[in-house]
Amino acid sequence: MEGQNVEELLAKAERDEAEKLQRITVHKELELEFDLGNLLASDRNPPTGLRRAGPSPEAELQALARDNTQLLINQLWQLPTERVEEALVARLPEPTTRLPREKPVPRPRPLTRWQQFARLKGIRPKKKTNLVWDEVSGQWRRRWGYQRARDDTKEWLIEVPGGADPLEDQFAKRIQAKKERVAKNELNRLRNLARAHKMQLPSTGGMHPTGHQSKEELGRAMQVAKVSTASVGRFQERLPKEKAPRGSGKKRKFQPLFGDFAAEKKSQLELLRVMNSKKPQLDVTRATNKQMREEDQEEAAKRRKMSQKGKRKGGRQGAGGQRKGEFRAASLGWQEERRTTPRRKEKEVIFILGPACKQRTILNVKFGGRGGIKESGFCCLR
Amino acid sequence: MRPLTEEETRVMFEKIAKYIGENLQLLVDRPDGTYCFRLHNDRVYYVSEKILKLAANISGDKLVSLGTCFGKFTKTHKFRLHITALDYLAPYAKYKVWIKPGAEQSFLYGNHVLKSGLGRITENTCQYQGVVVYSMADVPLKPEESFSYEEKTNLASIPLTAYRSSSQTF
Repeated sequence: MEGQNVEELLAKAERDEAEKLQRITVHKELELEFDLGNLLASDRNPPTGLRRAGPSPEAELQALARDNTQLLINQLWQLPTERVEEALVARLPEPTTRLPREKPVPRPRPLTRWQQFARLKGIRPKKKTNLVWDEVSGQWRRRWGYQRARDDTKEWLIEVPGGADPLEDQFAKRIQAKKERVAKNELNRLRNLARAHKMQLPSTGGMHPTGHQSKEELGRAMQVAKVSTASVGRFQERLPKEKAPRGSGKKRKFQPLFGDFAAEKKSQLELLRVMNSKKPQLDVTRATNKQMREEDQEEAAKRRKMSQKGKRKGGRQGAGGQRKGEFRAASLGWQEERRTTPRRKEKEVIFILGPACKQRTILNVKFGGRGGIKESGFCCLR
Repeated sequence: MRPLTEEETRVMFEKIAKYIGENLQLLVDRPDGTYCFRLHNDRVYYVSEKILKLAANISGDKLVSLGTCFGKFTKTHKFRLHITALDYLAPYAKYKVWIKPGAEQSFLYGNHVLKSGLGRITENTCQYQGVVVYSMADVPLKPEESFSYEEKTNLASIPLTAYRSSSQTF
C-alpha cells in the first residue's frame, strides 16, 4: 500500500518535471530572431494555427504569445548576469534593430550673420590647436574659456597707458570690457536664434514695424521711442489729448517684511517722542535750503544794485562795489578778532581790513555759527 | 503685506494718540513680545512677530487677516480706526466715560449718549476729545455700527454728552 503510494508520488513527480520541461522548451520550425538589446523576438513562422482557428482565435493567440515569450526569456537567462545592489541583473547587449525616427527631420537652419559673411567673403575656418603654450604659468592652456592662456583680466600688473587718466582703475576697465564682450556675444547668439525660429527677442519684440501691430504694441513702441532721447523723454511734448502712460513713475520701495524689528521699534518710539514733545522740531534740510535761497536772492539783488550804481556814478564806485565778490580773507587780507566781554552778552567782532579795501566800499557782513547765519548787516567804510 | 511707511505710521499714531496719548509707546514696545504693525490691502494689523512669520507663508491674495485689525487707510490716506482695536485701546485709554445701564443698550444700538445717561467721566476731558465708553461694570462698549468715539462735554449747557460717530461697517 505504502509502496504504491510512494510509486504514485514518484511517478507524479516525474510527470510534473516533464511538464515543466515541456513548458520551458518550445518547438518551432523556424528559429526566432532575437534582438535582446530591444527585448525583441521576431517570429517568422507561418501562422497556420491562427488561420485554422476561426472567428475568435483567442486561445491560439494566447498560446502563440506564451511560446514566443518563453523563448525570449530563455534567451535572456543565457545572458551574463551581475549583481547590482543585491539584485541579480542581466546585462543586455547592444540593440541591433534600427528604430524609426520619433520626430520629423529638422529643417535646415538659416545661416547666422557670421556664416553669411564668411560665405560671402570666402572665409574658411582655420584649423587651430586646442592648447596654447602659456609663458606666464609655464604650461599648456586652452585657447579660450576657463583658465585660458592669455587672460588679460588676470594680470597682476598693468601699466597705465600714456593718455589715460591716472586715477582710472585699469583692472576694473578690463573686467568691464570683458563683461561687455560677453554680453554682446550673448545678444548676437539670441538674435541668431530668434532669426532661426522666426521669433522676436522679448526686449525688442513688437518694436519693428510690421504693418499689423495691435494698439497695445504700438503704444509700447511709442513709449519706448519717446524715452529714447538724450534727456530720457523729459522734454518730449505730448499731443493735445494724449494721456500720460499709466505706471510710468518711480516704483516705491518699502521696508522688508521682517526687517530688523529692533530698528523698527526704535524709529517708531523716536517718532512718538517727537510727536509728544511740545517744542517744534527743527528740520535741518529745510532750514539750510531756506537759508541758501535767501543768500542767493540777496546776492542777486546786490549785483543788480551794484551794476545800476556803477552805470550811474562812474568807474571807481562801480569798481569798488563790484569787488564784493572778492571779499575773502586771502584777497583783502582782513582778519577777524573775536572778543567776548563778560558783561555784555553779544560778541564783538573786529575786522582788520587790509590796504586793498578802498573808501566807500560796502561790506556785507554776516555773522553766523554752526546753527546758520544769525545776523547780517551792511557797514559802509569811509 | 508690508510694513508701514514713515508717513503712514505718523498718521496712524496721531489718530491713536487721540485716545491713548503717550501710552501708545506701551503698544509699540511691549515687555511680553515683539509686536508690529503691518499693512495688508490698506488695513493695518497689529500682530506678534511669531504670527507674522507664519502669515508670511500665505500668499497675499489668499491672506484675509492676521493678528488684530486696528483700522484701515482710506483712498485719501486718512486712517480710520476700527472697533477691533478696542481691546488694545481700552486698557490704555486716557479719557473714559462710564454710562448708566439704561443708556448702555441705547448706545450699543447706535444712539448718542445723553447727559442723563452719563455715570462717571474722567476729569479734565475737553470738548471733542476722543474717549472710550465703558459700562458701569468696566466693560468697554462697542456699538453696532460705530467704532470711533467722540465726546462733547459742555455739561452745563448741552444735554448731549457723547456722540457715537458713525462710519461704514467692514
